[in-house]
Amino acid sequence: MSWTQVADLAAAVCILLGALLALIAAIGVVRLPDLLTRMHAATKPQVLGTVLVMTGVALRLRDPGVVGMLALVVLLQMATSVVSSHMVARASFRAGQVRHDLLVVDELSDGPAHEEPRGAP
Amino acid sequence: MSPVMRTRRDGSTRPARHRAVQPLAVVWLLLVWLALWGAVTPLLVVGGVLVAVLVCLTFPLPPVDLGSSVRPLPLLGVVAHFLLDVVRASIQVAGVVLRRRPVRNAVVAVDLETKSDFLMTLVASMLSLIPGSVVVEARRSTHTLYLHVIDVPDAEAADEFRRTALDLEQRLLRALPPRPTDRERP
Repeated sequence: MSWTQVADLAAAVCILLGALLALIAAIGVVRLPDLLTRMHAATKPQVLGTVLVMTGVALRLRDPGVVGMLALVVLLQMATSVVSSHMVARASFRAGQVRHDLLVVDELSDGPAHEEPRGAP
Repeated sequence: MSPVMRTRRDGSTRPARHRAVQPLAVVWLLLVWLALWGAVTPLLVVGGVLVAVLVCLTFPLPPVDLGSSVRPLPLLGVVAHFLLDVVRASIQVAGVVLRRRPVRNAVVAVDLETKSDFLMTLVASMLSLIPGSVVVEARRSTHTLYLHVIDVPDAEAADEFRRTALDLEQRLLRALPPRPTDRERP
């Protein structure tokens, strides 16, 4: 078996695993009970899923010009998913879109009321 | 974020002005430019530097104050540990999605040790990228992160998560030890 065949096989495994994670994410969006829990399923397997699919594509194409772009896809995906998941989570919590009966511990609502000093984000 | 104030010679204060063109930003934008073209030729490098400078002038940003020195070897350890965590937690969340038992969650407060905004952002980003936890609220004044954690059966498991989050912060503090600052930021 030549190394190109090995790389092709590894690429196939990576892409299939990434696709499987995407499928599980979709099932999670349907099955899980509330917005925050769904977000865990919908946004997070993206991290590993994208890395796996991009690795697979890089192994298959074996073109240094493309690898740079794929690395950029992974980096920007990681950088933006952090901000977007935080903003959606924060907005949903403030709007009361939380199933409190599903929470074992809730230290944000149960804690003492807190006024943020001026100038804080 | 409040602007950094500089003191003038006569004692009055003014917001610190900064150069719009920062070398690090130009290098990063140049790398993005070359990655998008997928090749390195002299013409592309010159064009990339021109575009990077133009972008920096059009969208000026305040400089990011690292406030830390960098130790490469522990930093590699942090990255390796982080990748392992991502894989482990992805499998765990996939298991939660596929099993029959209903899921219980928790909102956990994590009081960080560090006072640096940069390290707090880094810890929050890494915890967000690891599946199973998402930052719901961040309080800069007390350096507290509030995280929504999936699949927490009881209060003990919530404490356990708090410990892993603080471990992550300790590893980061070892990799990026903060420099002693001459001016204490409020």
